[in-house]
Amino acid sequence: MSAIDIEPTKTTKPSTTKANIQPDWWSKTFAGCVLGASLALALSGLFAWLGPGGISADNKVQVNMWLISPLWVLIFSFVFLFRTGLRAILWLSLANFLAYGLLWIAQQGWLHGSGM
Amino acid sequence: MKVRSDILRVYRSLHTWVGISAGLLLFIGFFAGALTMFKQPLDRWTSAPQQRLAFVDEAERDLLVSQLLEKHPAARGEFTLYLQPQENISAPVVWSEAEGGRELAISSPRWQATLDANGQLQSEQIMPSLLGDLVDMLHRTGGIPGFLTDEYLGVYVLGVAGVMYFLALVSGLILLLPTLVKDFFALRPGKNRKRFWLDAHNIIGITSLPFHIVISLTVIVFAFHDQFYDGLAEVVYKEQPMFTPPAAPSESYVLAEMLPPSELIKRLQAEAPEYQVSDLLYMRLETPRPMVRATIVNTAQMVHGPIGGYLGINPYTGAITNTSMLPEKADIWSALASSFFALHFGSYGGDLVRWVYFLLGLSGAFLFYSGNLLWVESRRKHQRGQQLVTQARNIHWMAAATVGVCLGSILGVAIAMIGGKWLYAHVDNINHGYLWIYYGVFLSAVAWAFWQGAARGAVHLLLACAVASSAIPLTSLIAILFPSSGLWAYTSTASLAVDATALVFALVFLWLAKLTWRRAHKGAGDSVWAVNAEVKDHPETISAISPVPKSLDDALSD
Repeated sequence: MSAIDIEPTKTTKPSTTKANIQPDWWSKTFAGCVLGASLALALSGLFAWLGPGGISADNKVQVNMWLISPLWVLIFSFVFLFRTGLRAILWLSLANFLAYGLLWIAQQGWLHGSGM
Repeated sequence: MKVRSDILRVYRSLHTWVGISAGLLLFIGFFAGALTMFKQPLDRWTSAPQQRLAFVDEAERDLLVSQLLEKHPAARGEFTLYLQPQENISAPVVWSEAEGGRELAISSPRWQATLDANGQLQSEQIMPSLLGDLVDMLHRTGGIPGFLTDEYLGVYVLGVAGVMYFLALVSGLILLLPTLVKDFFALRPGKNRKRFWLDAHNIIGITSLPFHIVISLTVIVFAFHDQFYDGLAEVVYKEQPMFTPPAAPSESYVLAEMLPPSELIKRLQAEAPEYQVSDLLYMRLETPRPMVRATIVNTAQMVHGPIGGYLGINPYTGAITNTSMLPEKADIWSALASSFFALHFGSYGGDLVRWVYFLLGLSGAFLFYSGNLLWVESRRKHQRGQQLVTQARNIHWMAAATVGVCLGSILGVAIAMIGGKWLYAHVDNINHGYLWIYYGVFLSAVAWAFWQGAARGAVHLLLACAVASSAIPLTSLIAILFPSSGLWAYTSTASLAVDATALVFALVFLWLAKLTWRRAHKGAGDSVWAVNAEVKDHPETISAISPVPKSLDDALSD
């Protein structure tokens, strides 16, 4: 009858078992909403510079802009899988750092995308 | 498929909270969005014949445009030339003297003109009915008034709801994964009503998942494209140009040397032979960058706009300037961008796809309605013995809000449609009439649902919806039987389809009212849908319902 397999309540008591995911709504929502959006922008930027056509392809900017929305909400959707909110913030900050670093390198013209 | 229980628990809470927060707003967006699929037929049904000017023959079009530009300098900035008459197109040429912005100009009059029998320009100012545009605005803003900088506040609010909606889709899918195979397509009517509603909620959610993903992603873009573009300009493009700069302005043009519309249409047809040109939007004729944007229609093609694709042409040189919104001629990036629009607008297969989108939109509205209902059901207390249990106040409020908001928005649109015809002769600007009627009816319906309670309120409002919907074809019937009434009706397929659809809606509402009445009087007494359900507002009752059930199934297995 059960649509969702759920274990008895006692084994799911909060925080005693190490592997359990903490809800941490505020910190995870912040990570997904803000850090997720900035990461999505950087990833879309990497696609703009290094993806097909490179940065100067005509009319490509529309597609780059459209890419932000799915990237953002996908990151936002799965940010709740992090064990704690703090981990979510740290990992997404690191991902942002790497993505923006790569974007900066791409903007210097040191990477040779197909369109450059 | 096995999913860890702690993951399920987190995503169940997420699903509940985003669903309950955004559900009612999304209901309005989906219901009104389903109607916008047939925005043109709605406008054709509504448009008053008193405002229409005679159409001109193909041969007279050139003369009409040259006379217009000579006598009305304001039209040189922007005017539209329509090629085929239709109920909602009031004249062959239409223009506005007001500055255009993003907001819907419900109070600015519009100019229109035609040629009289002697080939002389005959022009007049009218206050057009914008019912279709207002339904579209309800769709885009959820009816939330106000502006944030130069965009509707409601558009941003719906953008946020779009994000929550995507989170609800992902979390709902995760919740279904463990039992997807077993439960998929299992609709268990039986005794357990909640089981039935949950099955229905799941089937609709899963079968129309691609549609919902597309809608949520596009809504986010429609709301935040300015911010996204700003972000790209700031950190990605920097000094790189984002858009191809327009060709350097060449010599200034002399109005008298502009090509006549017949010549422009000939060139457009040569460029897009499989399309029909439906209208020409002339822009900036006295500037170095004049442009005509032609709307071209071919229902077999995927097109950029809600109705057709677009082609740009220079009205002086006749050169085709923009093919990026013509499917076959577009480059890959423009074609991709067009397809994102088309996927939202359902403009890739003519009326068939429009009907499919109409039904998907309505089923989406059902998804939010049933989601709210499940929230209510899984939180109510259940009767164990003879003693009638009383439900906490917040459960009753949510049920009342669901009934009032959902049925109120439907009722508001239906009565506004009828009001458009009955009040037309008595008001100066029917658009204000639409707004007063919609908000008045909507707010009254919500108040009524709270006052009467969800059970009684739902029966009343469903009956009101049935009456209002049947009044739509009835108004047409009265117009035909009694022409002296001042009402009007059309017999085109599009207009009759509006009458027929409204009649079907009326019958469905009547049937739902009957079901709801039976449930209220003969169903379980411990339901919030029972007429004798008591509300208890002692604080301990509210605390008695929390903590919220661990899962919907715990509640369902009672």
